[in-house]
Amino acid sequence: MDEPILEIEDLRVTFTGGAKPVRAVDGVDLSLRRGEVVALLGESGSGKSVTLRSVLRLHQENKTKIEGRITAAGIDVMALQGAALADFRGKHVSMIFQEPMLVLDPVYSVGQQIIEAICKHENIAADEARKRVLHLFERVRIPSPERRLAAYPHEMSGGMRQRAMIALALSCHPKILLADEPTTALDATVQVQILLLLRELQRELGLSMIFVTHDISVGVEVADRIAVMYAGRIVEIGSVRDVIRAPRHPYTIGLLSTRAHGGRLTGNRLPAIAGSPPDLANLPPGCAFAPRCGLASSQCAASTPPALSVKEGQIVRCFRVDATAKVSA
Amino acid sequence: MEPAKASPLLQITGLKKHFPVKTGLFGRPSSSVYAVDDIAFDVHAGETLGIVGESGCGKSTTARLLMGLIPPTAGTVRFDGKIVGSPALPLKEFHRQVQMVFQDSYASLNPRLTVEESIAFGPTVHGVSRREAIARARSLLDRVGLDPIRFAGRFPHELSGGQRQRVNIARALALEPRILLLDEAVSALDKSVEAQVLNLLLDLKDAFGLTYLFISHDLEVVRFMATRVLVMYLGKVAELGPTEALYTKSRHPYTSALLGSLLSMDPDQRTERAPLAGDPPNPIDPPPGCRFHTRCAFAEAVCSLHEPVLHAAGASHAAACHMVPPNGEHSKSGMAMKAVS
Ligand SMILES: Nc1ncnc2c1ncn2[C@@H]1O[C@H](COP(=O)(O)OP(=O)(O)OP(=O)(O)O)[C@@H](O)[C@H]1O
Ligand SMILES: Nc1ncnc2c1ncn2[C@@H]1O[C@H](COP(=O)(O)OP(=O)(O)OP(=O)(O)O)[C@@H](O)[C@H]1O
Ligand code: SF4
Ligand code: SF4
Ligand SMILES: [Mg+2]
Ligand SMILES: [Mg+2]
Repeated sequence: MDEPILEIEDLRVTFTGGAKPVRAVDGVDLSLRRGEVVALLGESGSGKSVTLRSVLRLHQENKTKIEGRITAAGIDVMALQGAALADFRGKHVSMIFQEPMLVLDPVYSVGQQIIEAICKHENIAADEARKRVLHLFERVRIPSPERRLAAYPHEMSGGMRQRAMIALALSCHPKILLADEPTTALDATVQVQILLLLRELQRELGLSMIFVTHDISVGVEVADRIAVMYAGRIVEIGSVRDVIRAPRHPYTIGLLSTRAHGGRLTGNRLPAIAGSPPDLANLPPGCAFAPRCGLASSQCAASTPPALSVKEGQIVRCFRVDATAKVSA
Repeated sequence: MEPAKASPLLQITGLKKHFPVKTGLFGRPSSSVYAVDDIAFDVHAGETLGIVGESGCGKSTTARLLMGLIPPTAGTVRFDGKIVGSPALPLKEFHRQVQMVFQDSYASLNPRLTVEESIAFGPTVHGVSRREAIARARSLLDRVGLDPIRFAGRFPHELSGGQRQRVNIARALALEPRILLLDEAVSALDKSVEAQVLNLLLDLKDAFGLTYLFISHDLEVVRFMATRVLVMYLGKVAELGPTEALYTKSRHPYTSALLGSLLSMDPDQRTERAPLAGDPPNPIDPPPGCRFHTRCAFAEAVCSLHEPVLHAAGASHAAACHMVPPNGEHSKSGMAMKAVS
């Protein structure tokens, strides 16, 4: 197998700005192959966005302690400084967000902003850049692209703004696209359109992608592999088929069964995971899922479960994978 | 599941809400958002009526109209046969019977009140003694799965999202209402917590004999909760019917497209084509005729000329589409069933 395009090794991110330090990411290992899509799945606060933002070094560095190694497109991300870091963002790795209005400046037209982004990274004439933006708008299927170049963000519908943000993200031909819940705020009918667009662009441009979502069905729709996060750790990773059909971490198993999915009988109780997600400033020792886990034993609260390979390509952080083999079989 | 012949608990007729928007010269209201535009439906005692539709179609406006939080442009709401807001049923009296739970669990609680004070507040306003209201608050906390000893004295910021939403539900129940209006009440919750709250809502409904209006953009959750479903499109009722009939034999192309947008959860059956193109049109300037005709795969000339009314499409099932009635002007008249996969 050739080199992964993105390699995250033992990433730890601690926010030190508050009264108590918050360990939001606690030893994440993730490698992304060329042309691969990995869905990073997890509940609110599990550390998905913090992991993603680390790859672009978007955290406020004076209030954040980042440890570990990140290598993207052969570049040591942790070592980047100043102009090199600015150049890295957008050119090698790009990111799209849930809320495009956080990225798009309301006082400039969308076309202008993308042209500027291109000219910042490349030494080309504004005229050339404009042509490229027009082509991008066609590519992301913005209707009447010529006219929309001059549109301001607020003049676009939610779905169209999302398309414009994707055009902006792809404007400097990055190899890696990081997507942070880009369809979460959209209606189901528009979400499908954007997912299909992203899947098509990913394939045709050979992009490698990490797609953050809290919705398993979105992950299934776009990804080759699914990584499940809980309390700052990846607790299970494997091919989409394995994770969906034979999950081995008790949390993944619970998540899949809590879904009101597939015409479950109206009014029958749903199997629910008891308790609530943990407070990262007061994490229990050992496995963070232990207080909610039906399989927890004394060992689970005492030490952190190691990453175990349960099958070719499927890795689980749990002491009781012997027991979950029966559950999911 | 056929509702009894008894008269409906809530009866909504000709309900409209047009919000004026200032876009004209000198800031004069020159046009309106047709947020809710002539809708009618009944709610029967003991049912859960789900309301679905894309963002901006008028779900929350409908809820706020039902609650009397905003005045309607036209139309009436009857509760137990009495017109809400009339001398026979003043708003304050009505509010004891109908309570609402919103999506944003944080914004709906007063940050300076403890959990038990928040829950006791409504009853004391309605004349219940403080002692009794606090006692009721504690028993409700217990009922929604929050140990009063641990939680009664906490402030909203000391709770998780799921816990806050339980408090909101307890608060809504404190006045012993007969109807609970849930507007995206579980949408902000994590899936694992959402399941807990949905189960709680089912238990409470049985225990207190409640009637629910359950608004959500999540079609899976609505299928799980609702006995009947109302589908809205741009301020209109597109389809209304028993949940399973609507989900398995929808008669309106919009309903079918909406259901077709559900993701399969099967890596071997990924979606290949989006069932609908584009975004919903702007409700300031809704398309003439059938409001869905700009996105409908079956649209014909008649669709942009005449607005379809709700036609009977099965037992307690109706859809506003020209294809539903036999002998209509649409070439697929009477064939809506076959048109839909
Ligand atoms: N700048 C910050 N300072 C302090 N804590 C932070 C900061 N950014 C994030 N956190 C905390 O880190 C944890 C992980 O946050 P993160 O945004 O990665 O969650 P997430 O998995 O993306 O959740 P969501 O689904 O809600 O977006 C959370 O508890 C969050 O409150
Ligand atoms: N106070 C208001 N003034 C002007 N327009 C309004 C007002 N409240 C709502 N609207 C508009 O009315 C329409 C219906 O809004 P409503 O909030 O009822 O939609 P919804 O179906 O609840 O959508 P969502 O799923 O996003 O909650 C929208 O176009 C909205 O922008
Ligand atoms: S390590 Fe123990 S507590 Fe953690 S998920 Fe596995 S069985 Fe449950
Ligand atoms: S009336 Fe015409 S446009 Fe409207 S849903 Fe039916 S076929 Fe489509
Ligand atoms: Mg996030
Ligand atoms: Mg709403």
